[in-house]
Amino acid sequence: MQSELELPTKVHKAKQTRKLKPHPRVRKLAWLTLSITVAIGVWWLLSVLPGTKESFPNPVAVASAVGTMLGRGVLFSDIGSSLFSVIWGFVFGFIFALPIAILMAWYKPLENIIGPWIQFIRSIPPLAYVPLVVVSAGIGAKAQIIVICIATFLVMTVTIYQGVVNIDPTLIKAARVLGARDRDIFVHVIVPAATPYIITAVRLGATTALTTLIAAESTGAEAGLGMRIQSLSQTFDMAPMMLYIIIIGIIGITLDKLIRMFERKVTKWQDK
Amino acid sequence: MAGQIKLAIDHVSKTYQSERGETTAIHDINLKITENEFVTVIGPSGCGKSTLLNIIAGLEPATDGKIICDGQPVQGTGSERGVVFQQYALFPWLTVRQNVAFGLKMRKDKSAAAQERVNHYIEIVGLSEFADRYPKELSGGMRQRVAIARAYAANPAVLLMDEPFGALDAQTRGQLQEELLQTWEKEQKTCFFITHDVDEAILLGQKIVIMNAHPGTVKEVVAVDLDYPRNQETRLSEAFLAIKKHVWAQVYSSAGV
Ligand SMILES: Nc1ncnc2c1ncn2[C@@H]1O[C@H](COP(=O)(O)OP(=O)(O)O)[C@@H](O)[C@H]1O
Ligand SMILES: [Mg+2]
Repeated sequence: MQSELELPTKVHKAKQTRKLKPHPRVRKLAWLTLSITVAIGVWWLLSVLPGTKESFPNPVAVASAVGTMLGRGVLFSDIGSSLFSVIWGFVFGFIFALPIAILMAWYKPLENIIGPWIQFIRSIPPLAYVPLVVVSAGIGAKAQIIVICIATFLVMTVTIYQGVVNIDPTLIKAARVLGARDRDIFVHVIVPAATPYIITAVRLGATTALTTLIAAESTGAEAGLGMRIQSLSQTFDMAPMMLYIIIIGIIGITLDKLIRMFERKVTKWQDK
Repeated sequence: MAGQIKLAIDHVSKTYQSERGETTAIHDINLKITENEFVTVIGPSGCGKSTLLNIIAGLEPATDGKIICDGQPVQGTGSERGVVFQQYALFPWLTVRQNVAFGLKMRKDKSAAAQERVNHYIEIVGLSEFADRYPKELSGGMRQRVAIARAYAANPAVLLMDEPFGALDAQTRGQLQEELLQTWEKEQKTCFFITHDVDEAILLGQKIVIMNAHPGTVKEVVAVDLDYPRNQETRLSEAFLAIKKHVWAQVYSSAGV
């Protein structure tokens, strides 16, 4: 009986709020549209101001650069080549990072030995060790994948390690007294408890893969977004260069959105 | 009441080594707990209550002495000894039902009887409606009910509880005390319950172990001769108050206040 009385007031309330404010998704879209509009406005302004117009070709010129690059037959092969390196470099980075990070958190001696190496290599900009990679791996996709793999491995290992180290030890005790063995603790406690950190690591890894792209493609790639930006910069071909910069940004945001969608699915148990 | 000895704590000592030297947390503790007995342990903070419980649970080794459960010296953890922790220690990525089922899952027990046990204890703690919720959606009292159901569902012979109600507000604590008493009366079990609350120690215990600090030793064991069923009103009875006076004095003098 109580629920019968309560129900109409709830429906009534919901209707009221809907009338006053548009649906959250609509509002989000409105803000996004506004944000993009303002960005294009600022960009336009930069393309006419005397101090910056040399660097910023106007949006129309950049849009028409799509046609130019398609005409040269490089746009899709550049995107394809870069995505190939980014994805494989990232995948290998993750495959190494996950077990090593967990082992480091599990066995203190391993952490004591490998930890300082990781901190050391992490402080070196990837561009600096690219020549080392090229000497052994040659130029081309292999070298690019290796460079991205190293960079993503480092950042993901550090993040996942932090996650595993921060697992509440009473959860492990609780599992033990309920009969969990080492293997059970790994599968049923460590991995799920570290999942939010693993996903954060994946997000940081994806960002790192993209930011390392230019360094990776300076190994003498034949195609690729980073390589093309460098070659266009030599001829001051500003409109297509700008286009390529924007494409890298769009890829980055799309990857991040996809990972966030996945994150919401697997960590719905988490306090926010 | 002269049942057989379920759990014996035999000359147990524990010394921690750290950079700042040695700390003797507990020294030469001897206790005998009979089958289905409810024992409460009280003492000042730092007197080694948690250390003792962890040793009984098998989560830490003793420096000296041994724990004997059902006539066998124990080694490491074992499913015949269940634990309820103060901080609930629920797995946040599992629902209430999955948390309660964790012990049976570790035993790979997928039988219908196991499923029934899980439902039975979720019902006993009054959380049937919340069986598919995650811990983050529950209040502190509800979380501790889940932890108790989880320990019970694994069917331990001895239930060890380390200040399980210490983080709860007075009203919720009172409720959970009564629920625990009812469950214990219905389904007899050997219980070892740590608290720093004198009233709680008397209300729940058939026997109170009062501990001293630095190092942790047993100061006195007090029998609690109060009739069952006990509830919050029991706390107002003459007999209760008489025991309280005595325990209070002992705990205070051992705290050195
Ligand atoms: N892991 C540890 N390392 C060093 N000392 C510890 C450790 N655990 C507990 N102690 C010390 O042992 C004593 C007893 O602690 P504890 O068993 O937690 O007491 P209680 O639960 O009665 O408050 C304290 O002096 C504490 O500092
Ligand atoms: Mg304690």
